[in-house]
Amino acid sequence: MAGVRDLTVELGGTTALAGISVEVPPGEVTALVGGDGAGKTTLLRAMLGRVAASRGTVDVPPAARIGYEPSTSGVWPTLTVQENVEFVGAAYGMSDGAVRSRADELLTTAGIADARTRLGRDLSGGMRQKLGFCLAMLHSPDLLLLDEPSTGVDPVSRIELWRLVTAAAQGGAAVLMTTTYLDEAERAATVVALQDGEVLAAGDPATVVDAVPGTVSVSDSPPGDGRTWRRGRTFHTWTPADGEVPGRAVTPDLEDSLVALTLARTEETR
Amino acid sequence: MTTLVAADVVTKQFGAFTAVTDVSLSVAPGEIVGLLGSNGAGKTTLLRMLLGLEAATSGHVEVFGEAPADADRHALGYVPQGLGLSQALSVRQNVEFVAATFSARSVPDLPPALAAVADEPVGRIGLGRQRQLAFHCALLHSPRLLVLDEPTSGVDPLARARLWDTIHAQADAGTGVLVTTHYMQEAEQCDRLVIMSRGRAVARGTVEDITASTRTAVVHAEDWAAAFAALDDAGLPVVLTGRTSRAAGTEPDVVRRVLEEAAVPAEVTEQPATLEETMVLIEQEARAGGHR
Repeated sequence: MAGVRDLTVELGGTTALAGISVEVPPGEVTALVGGDGAGKTTLLRAMLGRVAASRGTVDVPPAARIGYEPSTSGVWPTLTVQENVEFVGAAYGMSDGAVRSRADELLTTAGIADARTRLGRDLSGGMRQKLGFCLAMLHSPDLLLLDEPSTGVDPVSRIELWRLVTAAAQGGAAVLMTTTYLDEAERAATVVALQDGEVLAAGDPATVVDAVPGTVSVSDSPPGDGRTWRRGRTFHTWTPADGEVPGRAVTPDLEDSLVALTLARTEETR
Repeated sequence: MTTLVAADVVTKQFGAFTAVTDVSLSVAPGEIVGLLGSNGAGKTTLLRMLLGLEAATSGHVEVFGEAPADADRHALGYVPQGLGLSQALSVRQNVEFVAATFSARSVPDLPPALAAVADEPVGRIGLGRQRQLAFHCALLHSPRLLVLDEPTSGVDPLARARLWDTIHAQADAGTGVLVTTHYMQEAEQCDRLVIMSRGRAVARGTVEDITASTRTAVVHAEDWAAAFAALDDAGLPVVLTGRTSRAAGTEPDVVRRVLEEAAVPAEVTEQPATLEETMVLIEQEARAGGHR
């Protein structure tokens, strides 16, 4: 199975990844979440062999069996949609016929077949990311690495993109996708949350929620102890296992769970 | 004054292209209003008119009771998506620069996370802290209206929670807040929402108001992959969530029939639609020509 084990990556004297293990099973979408600087892109780059591991192992298929969409989408701005496809197909050594039939299928599914003659730079953000996805999928890779394909993309295009990503997984690919949208991550089979180069939580979304120590509760006024945050007009609070819980205990969503896990970790290391 | 900013049936044309059509929107003191919509829906053009950077073709815009160009800019705090910081200057120098620009009388202390890097160039402090700094700068001059464009993109959940604590604290103190976002959980932080599509305001109200009339068919099946494939092949707007298929705005009976024909045993229930699902349906309706 594709993944990394006990992987440490040091970049310019700082530890970008600190001994993490992540598995990317085939036929599923694994969502990699975390803020800027958490190590998401470094993990993808390590799996692509573009940064060296200081320690640990990286298991991936041969480079020709990996598809990669960088956060900038990988679309060539001065080429048309059709030229982008032909150029990338040639780079993968695909025959003209194979490129044509595969491109027809992918561009039609992505809803951008009518835009073949448009330049990459003239595409909307959502269309550009969908084309970037098609380029990464062109050679039917076994491992698909997508770096923030949905960031800055509106909800409608994001749903369309998600349908493409799940279809790729249903087709048997192992998909690792970074995202900053936790509602999107919540749809994935597995969520891996990175923070400061470490795995904060991993598992299916329900497992991540179950892993929160203590209790998350909701109240109408702030208990005021630094473990409270706002959600609309209500106050959500994380309380460690032995503490007194203010307000009403709730099952947290993924967003609240990661806030609580971060608070718990901060208190542990203090 | 009851509203800080008000757009009344505003239209903006660029040549033959109408970017905004008959949109009304207001923000009162203490209120957090979310402006949602697809890329190209007209959100940025509307914001630019409110900020006095574009003139409306027709309709009326008022900021603090005056035409936007005459309005008191000192009372406006703006955090653009690009943050608007000087990358080569240190954290402290950025704050001093903004304080001098606005002739701010008293400059609040830097929060601890920023104080720790006060002399670092902004380009080196990481995006989470840059975002915190942009907020700090926008709040230096105690604005009455805060305009935020995708305020928490790229930050981790705790940092996002802390930024929203700051936004809520400002609103509690009477500041009006106008936020654009693509992040639905962030939209749910707002008191009310205005959803734009193709230049028009197509839905408005609280999250509950907007999602009230929309339901989603939810499919649990042992062979979840087969259930998803059957519904997808049938052309239904189905989205895979973990191992559950969800078809927003689709009658459960329609879903049951497709699954029966495909001989996939499944349990189909109906649930309230999420805000995201509702937005997708609203956008599809708008594209089809009708709008709410």
